[in-house]
Amino acid sequence: MGFLLLGAFVFLFPFYYMVIGSLQKTPDTSIAGAIPTHGLTLDNYSQINERVDLARSLVNSGIFTGGVILFTVVFGVLAGYALARLHFRGRSTLFALMLLVMMVPFQLLIIPLYVMVVRSYGLADSYMGMILPFAINSTAVFVFRQFFLSLPEDLFAAARIDGAGELRILWSIALPLVRPALVTAALLTFIGPWNEFLWPFLITKDQDLQPLAVSLANYISNIAGRAANPFGAILAGAVVLAAPAVALFVAFQKHFTSSELGSGVKG
Amino acid sequence: MPNATVTGKAKDRSGSTTPPPKRRAPRLTTLFGRQPLGIGLAAPYAVFLAAVFAYPLGLAVWISFHDYFFTAPGAQVARPFVGLDNYKTALADPAVRRSFLNVVEFLVINVPLTVVLALVLANALNGAIRGRTFLRVAYYVPYVTASVAVVAVWLFLFSSNGMVNQLLGPLAPDPSWLINNKLVMPVIAIFVTWKQLGFFILLYLAALQNVPRELYEAASVDGAGKFRSFMNVTVPGVRPATTLVVILATITGANLFTEPYLLTSGGGPNGASASPVLVMYQKGIEQGNPDVASAIGVILVIGVLVISLINRRLLERD
Repeated sequence: MGFLLLGAFVFLFPFYYMVIGSLQKTPDTSIAGAIPTHGLTLDNYSQINERVDLARSLVNSGIFTGGVILFTVVFGVLAGYALARLHFRGRSTLFALMLLVMMVPFQLLIIPLYVMVVRSYGLADSYMGMILPFAINSTAVFVFRQFFLSLPEDLFAAARIDGAGELRILWSIALPLVRPALVTAALLTFIGPWNEFLWPFLITKDQDLQPLAVSLANYISNIAGRAANPFGAILAGAVVLAAPAVALFVAFQKHFTSSELGSGVKG
Repeated sequence: MPNATVTGKAKDRSGSTTPPPKRRAPRLTTLFGRQPLGIGLAAPYAVFLAAVFAYPLGLAVWISFHDYFFTAPGAQVARPFVGLDNYKTALADPAVRRSFLNVVEFLVINVPLTVVLALVLANALNGAIRGRTFLRVAYYVPYVTASVAVVAVWLFLFSSNGMVNQLLGPLAPDPSWLINNKLVMPVIAIFVTWKQLGFFILLYLAALQNVPRELYEAASVDGAGKFRSFMNVTVPGVRPATTLVVILATITGANLFTEPYLLTSGGGPNGASASPVLVMYQKGIEQGNPDVASAIGVILVIGVLVISLINRRLLERD
């Protein structure tokens, strides 16, 4: 038990320290500085907000992430259902391809994707260009497939005897039953685009379109030095970037457990 | 993003039990399958995979064998085949070789540490009665947070006057962690271990549910202590999950970019923390040599595949 608590401390302390550091007027790195008693301020937040439009960046992150989740849920459910429940030509090829995709390091593809998206399609500095490579999350398709597979076959047979068409079976019978999978898949999908740095960094030069991860990174590498308390300002930005993700996963923790994901692992 | 993918051997449960829906012309059935609607439903995803994975994958290989440079959209230019020239250029470059050695150093530290810590913590968590939810959430908070955000705290903690050095006092390394060419890669490897561990703990927790209780009972009847039954029952029991964890951790390591870019301002000091992807970015996009960058990418993927295969052989020997 002591071991587990020590682990939890190691995992959580940097987050606590992130918040404390973002509130300090001057950086205090002494051990006592971790438990401040006075001199806390929100100055750092306005410092970074002068150079990085936090609200605008958050909206951009939201659009990027929301777009990916929307595409994943709509097309991922359809594909997952087809892969689990329908017999069609090419099903096993598609399934194999899906597994392969999960093993290919995305970063290998940055050069050709950059060539395609920026040079051929002219989608630099656009939400579509940001979303495109992530549009349908394969892991989420996989989770959908596993959930649809776990539904009893009798249910489908009965519906067919009653004369329901395949689309109606998907919409009225299968979909309501896999609602928990929708939440799990949406959470899983959220992590990717919200936290992604390299891809939007490559294709957005326009500050007004940059997601927060990119504008904060640019702030860290270029302009932080000019702030009165550079660490404080950076940490303030980090808190703004981390808070939505942490809040979401604490609120929906029930849907992100080993048994929810495990259905994917155990197959 | 790491994913769960052990279902190559997944049983196809929907298999033979589906009754044929209606009588269709047999020729159409052989052409499209029994439920051609599936093609329609899966089509957007299939097109997506073709456009965003299969085609770029081919393009990456093609670029790596040609003299390729960026042009304005629509411009027609000759891009002659150059054989292995790009590969030779890449491998002759000390910065590229250094980045591959760095990633090897990274993996040697990161992968074993990840496997051991994730399994030990998952095992302890599995037995914990109180506070399970809190602990589970605490462990995956770093995993769900953006690298850019947590890198900021690590910069603060590990800076020359940072809290870590304050704690160590006279034992603090000189030069400090992130500007010390011996220590910088280990710090990054530990950072990534810390960041990703929560996800691997979840994978191991799922795998632990599949280890039969009776084996533990049998072990304790035989007089095995906690440590013995961990080594003799748990470790072999979760072996398929270990294969997966090693492969996914290797892929994560091969993708390393944000940490050297931000934590050590672009792979410093002197390229001691440059990763292959960082070098790909510098060569390909900053310096405009996408052909050499693609060659680096292809070498990297071959490396990952080789490691994955060796790992499967070793871990699934029996």
